[in-house]
Amino acid sequence: MTIAAEGLTWKVGRTVIVDNVSLRAEPGKMLGLLGPNGSGKSSLLRLLAGLRKANAGQVTLDGKDLRHIKRSAMARRVALVEQQSSTESNVRVREVVELGRIPHLPPLGGWTRADDAAVDAALERVGMTERGEQYWQSLSGGERQRVHIARALAQTPSELLLDEPTNHLDIQHQIELLRLISDVSLTSIIALHDLNHAAMFCDHVLVMQKGRIVAHGAPEAVLTETLLSEVFRVQARVEPSPHHGKPHIHYLL
Amino acid sequence: MTALRQAVREQAGPGLLLLLSTVLLLLAVGAGTGIGEMAIPIDTTFFAVTNRLGWSAVDLDPIHQSVIWDYRLSRSLVAACCGAGLALCGAILQSLLRNALAEPYVLGVSAGASTGAVGIIVLGLGAGSITISAGAFVGAFASFAFVALLSNGARGGAGKTILAGVAASQLFNALTSYIVSTSANAQQARDVMFWLLGSFGGVRWSEFQLILVVVIIGFCVCIYFARALDAFAFGDDAAASLGIPVRTVRIVLFGVTALMTATIVSMVGSIGFVGLVVPHAARFIVGPSHERLLPTCVVGGGIFMVLADIVSRVVLPQQVLPIGVVTALVGVPFFSVILYRTERAR
Repeated sequence: MTIAAEGLTWKVGRTVIVDNVSLRAEPGKMLGLLGPNGSGKSSLLRLLAGLRKANAGQVTLDGKDLRHIKRSAMARRVALVEQQSSTESNVRVREVVELGRIPHLPPLGGWTRADDAAVDAALERVGMTERGEQYWQSLSGGERQRVHIARALAQTPSELLLDEPTNHLDIQHQIELLRLISDVSLTSIIALHDLNHAAMFCDHVLVMQKGRIVAHGAPEAVLTETLLSEVFRVQARVEPSPHHGKPHIHYLL
Repeated sequence: MTALRQAVREQAGPGLLLLLSTVLLLLAVGAGTGIGEMAIPIDTTFFAVTNRLGWSAVDLDPIHQSVIWDYRLSRSLVAACCGAGLALCGAILQSLLRNALAEPYVLGVSAGASTGAVGIIVLGLGAGSITISAGAFVGAFASFAFVALLSNGARGGAGKTILAGVAASQLFNALTSYIVSTSANAQQARDVMFWLLGSFGGVRWSEFQLILVVVIIGFCVCIYFARALDAFAFGDDAAASLGIPVRTVRIVLFGVTALMTATIVSMVGSIGFVGLVVPHAARFIVGPSHERLLPTCVVGGGIFMVLADIVSRVVLPQQVLPIGVVTALVGVPFFSVILYRTERAR
């Protein structure tokens, strides 16, 4: 049992952004959220993280309604990595990762070796151990994203929500980051734009269009030529990759 | 300066830093008590204080005794509390609004206080029954309520709160100007001007008791939310996803800063620059973590204000400069050095 949504609807004014969405994440699996720009992926992630209040429907964590779970208890279970969030503050890498321990700490004091260990492990996981003392402002986009993931891992969550974490990264860092997320034994829900990456790394994918879910299942079942043409408006051929066996999409001119 | 920062961040524990800075603050208050227009020997100063505390019984000139205890000591202590409070408010608002230019008056509190005070001075509203301070306090909270209402109870996010503060400041400044230009005579206009620039002239022990209590309460609330403030570094959603009840924290901290600022403004006028500069200087020394930053702001703001008050009293013979003039004149060069060094350190 993990995160699930039932009949979730969210509106801004009269515009429906997320329309009657139901989903169920599988424990320990990686669920990809796909869809064109403005299809409601980011909004859905925010609803799942409890940052927005749904107009209708509910989000449940282990079958319990999110509205009855305290914010701090929620933050000990679910971590969110936002798209490109930055700060003007002159913080060091380690200080950013330490923020991840806040849900586990009392308002004052209480920092223990266990917290240090969690921070060390998270830095190690993203390969930033040596960079702990470096200032945030001096990091590249890719390094910042890795620090955000380390911060999320330091929360020691069981569910990880990521909003297009590979945006603005070069191809090496995109692959590294996705491999990192698929390797950690967490339930993850990840919004992605690159369909080939989704096919390679996600256990399940969910395709959204205009706020609704239009397809759901294993990548090879969902990413069909018909769907690519109807939802993404591109002509493509899909065939199993001879190298990794997952579906590979060739976009046609 | 960079070496100092390095040493403080890496070696000195928070305890040592706090001890050192408290000693500095006490020295500053001592200097504020000892230095003034009337030259009083240092031992007289010392015994005047210990006499009143009942620790000694030395025979002193009653005028000296009175100047030291009733005038200078209370004034220095009030200055220390005001500096501490303003710096604390500045640090909180800069973090909460994620804006390096935020300062205690960003919520329109000072403009509202001016309108309240001017209403009392010029129009004589409720003359006799309420004082200028009370009028300023009412005005300050009226403005804060206006901002809170306009920014939808801080729900609209940082940008909207700042805009609401700008709108409130404009409105109340316009009201102040309207009252002054239509109703005030020359002397009243001068009084208003002097009050707006800030002065520790009228403060005595009763003011100290009030401001001490307000600043202590404010500090306790703020330090309780130190970790929550750290979490705001990456924005509201990031804070919320770390389990911070964003709206509650916002409302409580805005309320506390408004209370502190309103109390200070109504007591000594609006003293600029301290709330903007001291938090930046403190961040430069101890880093952005609020558990260290907030105590540093309190002590640093206190020291800065006491020193500025000394300068305002002694720089011109027979005359006291408005304290706001001194804080800006001393503060800007100091701030420029920090800005310049920060650029180079990166």
